[in-house]
Amino acid sequence: MEALVASAVAVLTACGVYLVLRQRTFPVILGISLLSYAVNVFLFSTGRLAQHVPAILNKYGDATYTDPLPQALVLTAIVISFGMTALVVMIALGAYLSSDKDEIDMTDTPESGDNA
Amino acid sequence: MSHLIVLPIVLPAIIAPFILMVIRHHLDLQRIFSVAGVLALLTISLALTAQASSGDIQVYELGDWPAPFGIVLVLDRLSAMMVLLTSVLALAVVLYAIGSGWDARGRHFHALFQFQLMGVAGAFLTGDAFNLFVFFEVLLIASYGLMIHGGGADRLRAGVQYVVYNLLGSTLFLFALGTIYAVTGTLNMADLADRVAALSADDTALIRVGAVLLLLVFAVKAAVLPLHFWLPGSYANAPAPVAALFGIMTKVGAYSILRMYTLVFGPNEPVSAGLVADWLLPAALLTLAIGMIGTLGARDVARMVAFAAIGSMGTLLVAIALFTPLSAGAAIYYIVHSTLATAMMFLVADMIIERRGGAIASAPRMPQSGLISALFFAGAIAMAGMPPLSGFLGKLMVLQAATGMPQQTLIWAVILVTSLVAIMGFARAGSLIFWKTTSPEPAESNPIAEGEEILAIEAEPTVARLPFVAVFGLLVGLAALTLFAEPAMSYAEATASQLFDPSGYKDAVLGRVAQ
Repeated sequence: MEALVASAVAVLTACGVYLVLRQRTFPVILGISLLSYAVNVFLFSTGRLAQHVPAILNKYGDATYTDPLPQALVLTAIVISFGMTALVVMIALGAYLSSDKDEIDMTDTPESGDNA
Repeated sequence: MSHLIVLPIVLPAIIAPFILMVIRHHLDLQRIFSVAGVLALLTISLALTAQASSGDIQVYELGDWPAPFGIVLVLDRLSAMMVLLTSVLALAVVLYAIGSGWDARGRHFHALFQFQLMGVAGAFLTGDAFNLFVFFEVLLIASYGLMIHGGGADRLRAGVQYVVYNLLGSTLFLFALGTIYAVTGTLNMADLADRVAALSADDTALIRVGAVLLLLVFAVKAAVLPLHFWLPGSYANAPAPVAALFGIMTKVGAYSILRMYTLVFGPNEPVSAGLVADWLLPAALLTLAIGMIGTLGARDVARMVAFAAIGSMGTLLVAIALFTPLSAGAAIYYIVHSTLATAMMFLVADMIIERRGGAIASAPRMPQSGLISALFFAGAIAMAGMPPLSGFLGKLMVLQAATGMPQQTLIWAVILVTSLVAIMGFARAGSLIFWKTTSPEPAESNPIAEGEEILAIEAEPTVARLPFVAVFGLLVGLAALTLFAEPAMSYAEATASQLFDPSGYKDAVLGRVAQ
């Protein structure tokens, strides 16, 4: 299971990095989404992977349990990354509609040539 | 347990939705509430700084959960000073935004502004690494809105770059936090410091990866050299008051480096010895060099100031990267100076852009040219670190802190040469903008080049005064920092000694002393 999760994180990250390096806005946004999925799975696994155990102690304190904190962290991270993705889609759409270009770099505008 | 500590976060968090939901359609009311909020924040942060200057470290347990389990806010000298600096800067920026009418050029300026203040104050006050991430996101999401305030194709496209870059930074932050949590099992900074110090030798590889990843995140925020690409485009295209406010956001990165790498990954811990300083110092020197060379090459004023801002971050990070109490004291003094000076230069640049366009080239003489050129001159002196303003003292302290270090020659050479380069860059821009003026004939590159219009503006007795009040306020701040350098410096030194003795912080947070 460790190998499966680790390779999933690796593949997601690799695809995300590749897409982020693309020239158009849309693949870049997809790449950011993939990277945020990768980081969510990664965060989930930081509390060690455990199967079929609850995320709470029982009142005697003798049950095996899985660490609940990473799950809370992942929940926060999912909410934040979801909101941020929605926001970047809106801004990118605005930029595309107002300039008719969706290249991510700005080398073609004269006053920002050193900005690529 | 005083509730004052949480107020710098709660107050903007109440005012912003109030502005957004209740007085959305009343710009005058928004302005009143926004200024009132900033004034209240200033009062609170003055009180907090007065409390913190005694040297006590106050801890505020959110939800009354004890430290390693709940999230804590921690008030020490450094965080109190940074919150105070934020509120001083915010006052100048909000006055300028109102006076220049920037806040009327798009919607929700004041609400986003308050959310931004909430995020910045939270990032300075929190004592929990994941909470730091959350407050980073709060300040970033507000900054995305502010960055594209007023719209326009170029600004939106620069905004996309800015958002994408920072989203990648946030992802990296999560990877770093995940790695650190996987090794230590905690995210409370004080607890983290204890656990990292107690790590056995086999676990250090992973925690070192985590520490370096975290440094990369803060380096993105602080615009350290290989990761600085987002800054010139974003700051030059952002509305000027927003760019001035963003001056504090790069300082959030610097603050986080100073906090995490003295408290958790301290220079004396075996885990992190030599890990940070060896990389940060060359990067900081390069940042300084590139920033100041950029001021020579820039073709418009806003971009020039953005590069100068990178340069001043370089100076600041040189001081931080030395990791001695003396250099940290210099860094803390320089943070205040650099924030005020950068903000002032962005506002002066906006005054120039409003009147004659931003290109560094000869153009017709603009209204209030004398006054603005004097302000530009003062700001340039501050940015370049010339006497008599506080930049000179700050740089002197950095040089002094580098004395006796193995890299002394290199640091001295880079700082002194880049100061000269910055003076040349500002002198070139200033003489082209203010002295090499053409006769007032219409030029197509110029928004208000019509001769009659200029005469009309000059004849008008009511030029907006509030922008000048804001800029002069920042200048007075710089002058005060120079005149009262001795108390400021002793506060900075006390702050540095508190940073380099983290046992007080740990004991206060983890409740090991009677409070």
